[in-house]
Amino acid sequence: MLDLRRFTGHEMRLSEKLFEFNWGFLLLLTMIASIGFAMLYSVADGSVSPWALRQAGRFAAGAGIMIVTAMIDLRLWMRIAYPLYGVALAMLIAVEVIGLTGMGAQRWLDLGVIQIQPSEIMKVTLILALARYFHGLTLDEVSRLRNLFIPLALVGVPVGLVVMQPDLGTAILLTASGGILFFTAGLRWRYFILAGAGILAAVPVVWSRLHDYQRNRVFTFLDPERDPLGAGYHILQSKIALGSGGIFGKGFMEGTQSQLNFLPEKHTDFIFTMLGEELGLVGGLVLLALYFMVLMFSINVAVQCRNQFGRLLAVGISTTFFFYVFINTAMVMGLLPVVGVPLPLVSYGGTAMLSLMFAFGLLMSVHIHRNLEISRGPAAFW
Amino acid sequence: MQISGRDRSRYQTFTRRAALLAGAQGLAFVVLAGRMYYLQVLKSDQYSMLAEENRVSMRLIAPLRGNIVDRFGRVLASNRQNYRAMLISEQTPDVPATLARLSRIVEIDDFTRKRILRDIKRSPRFMPVTVAEDLSWDQFAQVNINEPDLAGIQPDVGETRHYPYGEELAHILGYVAAVSEQDLEEARGDQPLLKLPGFRIGKEGIEKTYDRELRGLAGSSHVEVNAYGRVIRELSKDPGKAGSEVVLTLDMDIQRFAWNRLKGESASSVVLDIHTGDVISFVSAPAYDPNLFNMGLSTQQWASLVENPHKPLINKALAGMYPPGSTFKMIVAMAAMKAGIDPKHRVVCPGYYSLGGHDFYCWKKGGHGALDMHNGIKQSCDVFFYDTAKRIGIDAIADMAKQFGLGSVYGFEVPGEKPGLVPTPAWKRAVKGEPWHQGETVIAGIGQGYLLATPLQLAVMAARIANGGLAIVPRLTRAIGGELQPVPQPPRVDISPEAISVVQGGMNGVSNEIGGTAYRSRIVEAGMELAGKTGTAQVRRISRAERQSGVLKNEDLEWRRRDHALFVCFAPVQAPRYAMSVVIEHGGSGSGAAAPVARDIMREVLLRSPGPPQATVPPGGLKSRAG
Repeated sequence: MLDLRRFTGHEMRLSEKLFEFNWGFLLLLTMIASIGFAMLYSVADGSVSPWALRQAGRFAAGAGIMIVTAMIDLRLWMRIAYPLYGVALAMLIAVEVIGLTGMGAQRWLDLGVIQIQPSEIMKVTLILALARYFHGLTLDEVSRLRNLFIPLALVGVPVGLVVMQPDLGTAILLTASGGILFFTAGLRWRYFILAGAGILAAVPVVWSRLHDYQRNRVFTFLDPERDPLGAGYHILQSKIALGSGGIFGKGFMEGTQSQLNFLPEKHTDFIFTMLGEELGLVGGLVLLALYFMVLMFSINVAVQCRNQFGRLLAVGISTTFFFYVFINTAMVMGLLPVVGVPLPLVSYGGTAMLSLMFAFGLLMSVHIHRNLEISRGPAAFW
Repeated sequence: MQISGRDRSRYQTFTRRAALLAGAQGLAFVVLAGRMYYLQVLKSDQYSMLAEENRVSMRLIAPLRGNIVDRFGRVLASNRQNYRAMLISEQTPDVPATLARLSRIVEIDDFTRKRILRDIKRSPRFMPVTVAEDLSWDQFAQVNINEPDLAGIQPDVGETRHYPYGEELAHILGYVAAVSEQDLEEARGDQPLLKLPGFRIGKEGIEKTYDRELRGLAGSSHVEVNAYGRVIRELSKDPGKAGSEVVLTLDMDIQRFAWNRLKGESASSVVLDIHTGDVISFVSAPAYDPNLFNMGLSTQQWASLVENPHKPLINKALAGMYPPGSTFKMIVAMAAMKAGIDPKHRVVCPGYYSLGGHDFYCWKKGGHGALDMHNGIKQSCDVFFYDTAKRIGIDAIADMAKQFGLGSVYGFEVPGEKPGLVPTPAWKRAVKGEPWHQGETVIAGIGQGYLLATPLQLAVMAARIANGGLAIVPRLTRAIGGELQPVPQPPRVDISPEAISVVQGGMNGVSNEIGGTAYRSRIVEAGMELAGKTGTAQVRRISRAERQSGVLKNEDLEWRRRDHALFVCFAPVQAPRYAMSVVIEHGGSGSGAAAPVARDIMREVLLRSPGPPQATVPPGGLKSRAG
């Protein structure tokens, strides 16, 4: 049976781990989240309800999860990487089954007490599983074709399920973070060129299978003025809000576009627009700078780590976080089509916040256990 | 850092590629920052303008409609406070329950209830919907007192058009009503104002003709709105400009007197000032209540108006076309004198006139004997005018008729004027494709046949005779917005004053000499005598069989087959000042039905205005009232 002492107290004591925990990073995350609280306070017309207070509560819970996750030995996370992936996959399938009996898109799993979005959980567990898998391969082995079937299946199955929901944004995110792990694990460049060509070839096929609303989003992205009161409304109003904010913004709680409801979904996907309108270019750049610091810190964690599992896990989490930030901000600025991707730590949303803090917990666990050497074979920690 | 040998190659590749990722992410952030700079600095002005357009909305404020007053400043059409109850659906949890509670104070029938629920469904939840209009003060007070129990109900005071004299003036003032789709299409520039909920425009009469002047200029208010159009606050306001006051030439006392005299008949009458063309009174009976049109007629009310055989919706004084009958004989007489016939020339009337084997009868069986022109008019001898008409020909008659205002429109202020008809051989060829028969000239001599004239035209004809041949045109508007409307200098009719005085003398004979056809309906007060001419217009052909068995008396016929009764006159005879016409549809004879009515109205006119022109509103005194 599993001897827990081997993973926790054996090599590092809890006090050592707490000392190694990078509290400055948590402060950085808190600063970003606090910008979110302020914006949610402003959206609610100067009230902590219904959003700001609940969001702060979730962040506090998320911080607790992060600390606990970071304390757990990295080898335990490696040990349970596949089972966690399995659970997430099962939940995705469950959602799909319920979705078949329900109406339209089904993304939530109601567990009675809480509602979970399995696709959010899958984002973390996919990285765990891929990192676990590539940990066991040498650089030469990575690029062998027969070794690629399993990781491709690990990515492909959940992506397929998410597409069926249908949730194009999450499917793209899963594919991208999976690809990043293949990339940093050392897969040869030619595979990526091949995959790129394959994606190009698949575009017409995928296009023919897209839902109308998904196609409209692409059309609207290409020409938002095509339908300013319909599909193009979101992006047009978002650009108006950002642009009218100017350098210093209209002032906190003074954004006309946001406060007068011209801006849609401003407490979730379009919260960055509201920030840009009320606090201007300066406010937006400050938030982007904070995000960039998070990214650089996490890539540094990856590079400093002495085991491949930790490195891949850290870079996977870092890159997923980057994708979130980039896709969301580029979307509200009209650089990308409108896909339902929240701004991490800032947008209102429960599951996304908690699974993100869990991922940062894993990142911190990598940081704490960076000097741990883990052999490739299972025997090393079995 | 120590890395074991087997892991080294993996680690190096990893580090290289992680650095690449970090670089790519840095680049992506530069792109984001660049895009923000583009939107928030370079394009900021453009987007600020768009945001302002989003935020600020202009709301029109309906101007107060101008009053319409009579020549003495008595208000004929004004704005009355309209006590209303509005419902704001977002302020009540249960709309039907609120309506049920309100219906204890104000009756709400099923039709209205459906209309309210439909309006609520169509408009945003914060937009007030009219639930009940035109509440009495008691009802309005009750709504106010019970406001706490009537969640969502808001008492409100609006303005609505009010016509204090109702149907007495319906055919002059017309009415205002809600804007129709067609109105919107026709009025391109004013669409925003016309689209205001509850806005009303003139649909008939003076309200329609002077709609622009009465309407005024719309005010505007700049308000901040949210994305759903809810007003957050008012930024600035321009109250607009109230509509101009329109002063009519009418004398409401005479109008009312004439209305009461004609009420119950299917009739019309017009009283004119012979020097200016001012319309002193203008009645078409029956009429309708313009106040009903303002609020919207019920189906039953509309049906009863349309189905009424006396046609209350038709403005008979303007659009009713009748054969002028014997009132046309003055025209024939003047045409004859212009053609060189001596008024002393006598014609013998044996009771009939033969032409081409056909006999034309005089109204007097047995005939009048020998008469000159004076007596021809006075006794209204048909044979005299058959003979005269045949001698001068139809073209001479038509020319004179046109000079005296028949057969054309004047551009009168009330819309719907009809031209009537003055037939000529050219007209008959062009329209009917048939040659003119001499018999048609003969019957035109007594105002029958194709001839048609409106009561307004008959009054103008009488006025032009009374003023010695000045071609005045009728007018109804004295001043608009404090500015007096000029009276154009009328041209002279091409006829000698002597000829006119012969005709005036004939008309005097009709009313004031024994044997005149309207002697019984004279004005007896000295100095107020009128000079008139009766007319009886047949609406049916009298058959040969009927003639042999004896022509039926009018009283024995059903109403719609009886003759029209006409009368034209002017007064006072010594110094003419007013002219008028009266037409009573199917009234029987001119002398029996129309002349007494005309006498009564004219007597009232003269009693009110015994001396020279006076008592009119000075232009300076009008402006203050207009606001």
